[in-house]
Amino acid sequence: MEIIGTANLSYTYPGGTNQSISDVSISIEKGEFTLITGPSGCGKTTLCRCFNGLIPHFYEGEMKGKVTVAGLNVSEHSTSELAKHVGLVFQNPENQLFALSVEKDVAFGLENLGVPREEMRKSVDWALQLAGITDLRERPPHELSGGQQQRVAIASVLAMKPQVIVLDEPTSFLDPLSAQKIFEVIHQLNRDLGITVVLVEHRLDLTAKYADHIILMDKGKVLLDGNPRVILGSEETRLVGVGIPKATRLYEMLVRDGAKLRDAVPLSSDEMADLIEEALKSG
Amino acid sequence: MIEVKNLCFTYPNGVEALKGISLTIKEGELVAVMGQNGAGKTTLVKHFNGLLKPTSGQVLVNRVDTAKTTVATLARNVGFVFQNPDHQLFSETVEAEIAFGLRNFNFSVEITEKRITWALNLLGLTDYRKTSSFLLSGGERKRVALASVLAWDPTTLILDEPTIGQDYEQKEKLRQFILQMKTQGKTIIIVTHDVEFAAECDPRVLLMREGKIIADGESRKILTDPGAVEQASIVPPQIAQIFMKLHYMKLPTDIIDIYEAQRILEGMLEKSGR
Repeated sequence: MEIIGTANLSYTYPGGTNQSISDVSISIEKGEFTLITGPSGCGKTTLCRCFNGLIPHFYEGEMKGKVTVAGLNVSEHSTSELAKHVGLVFQNPENQLFALSVEKDVAFGLENLGVPREEMRKSVDWALQLAGITDLRERPPHELSGGQQQRVAIASVLAMKPQVIVLDEPTSFLDPLSAQKIFEVIHQLNRDLGITVVLVEHRLDLTAKYADHIILMDKGKVLLDGNPRVILGSEETRLVGVGIPKATRLYEMLVRDGAKLRDAVPLSSDEMADLIEEALKSG
Repeated sequence: MIEVKNLCFTYPNGVEALKGISLTIKEGELVAVMGQNGAGKTTLVKHFNGLLKPTSGQVLVNRVDTAKTTVATLARNVGFVFQNPDHQLFSETVEAEIAFGLRNFNFSVEITEKRITWALNLLGLTDYRKTSSFLLSGGERKRVALASVLAWDPTTLILDEPTIGQDYEQKEKLRQFILQMKTQGKTIIIVTHDVEFAAECDPRVLLMREGKIIADGESRKILTDPGAVEQASIVPPQIAQIFMKLHYMKLPTDIIDIYEAQRILEGMLEKSGR
């Protein structure tokens, strides 16, 4: 079942001369983990802003085509209504946090929806724990490090228990181990709770292994859309200049030189190590 | 040359960010400072251009004590590019942003013009010359911030998380640019979480944790040391992970370069195939 769909979607920012996204038609299934990637300025962030109605409700500009999220046409529903279904975590957490304590920031969305106090407390506790920031609950967000702020931003969205979470480079300020932990949390939300995840990322080395679906964009258009192993293994992807995981790259280099590795494009170092082990043992 | 002697730094709110750091960075070195969020990486490098002054201990930049001089004087030689470009950018156009520093250092109008063109071209920003940096994407704004510092040609360059929000091609350009600066004898200090990028640049790596340096050495040694890497809250580069996982098959464990990995594996696969 489709949960996010766009049909011939184009958008130009106010005062802009070029379309930031043009003629984008994609379909994301409920429960999928989708990675959207592509060079800087390819339109990834703009596309995400259409998923929760920031475009066209907050950014004026010129929008053509249609966006449907959880069965709602985003042009016809307010951002607060859409927020019950779709949570967006921004690239820069400072743009998202404003309250005097982490707890208040995480509770803010629930307060706005008029959630009863006891239920709100439970949701906030749950979200803080998942994001690993229970000990920061009384701290003012503006005093936290960039990485901690990013966790607060993620917790604020999680607290709403949305059906879809859209994350725009949510760990770019985190150290790699913390980033890995956050991606594992996101993966868990997807796998165990069935939350649909749309993740915008350049760092495919950390994230490709979680993806069911990759959308590769370039210059505002969708270039490739489909299975991660097919897309990351393709010549076309390499030519666009996407950071293909080193494990995948190494596999391609070895296969190109005639190494006898099983025909199974790896997306992680573990998968690649297994393929090498297998080849060395069978040889 | 940057000499750090028993540096301690405590923020006004009482947070002890640096707890006794001593190190020397020689002219022309390429250094990556890596480690946990909140380990003190940015706090440390902010001492290199005098943005912060030691609570105790001493920092000498080209033999000048940073506590006894101004940021403005130090900045001419030590350029600092911030992690978040929004903390740095304020002008109406990209061009004006780059011109600002040059004008402050009293470059002539012609040289300012030339430098702007050079920096825009180097960072692929020529088309945005007259655009407001606030209309650009996060990755593009980071390049504007970098261009504005490079324009005045400091001898030491500090880049705080330069790869955040940068795509593959931009990172590749940044890497080539860093290596080019290195061959020109510039000192480059990168604060980064990006292990893949660090592995490709092959710098001297300093790992930090809780205000201290816990490892210091060649990247192929440090980034493949499982204990040090974990303590610093980073993960080994993917190539290293593959080799570390296969160590029992008598593969070397200090490999971080994909081409070296290719040579070794092709050799082994060929032998086993015979």
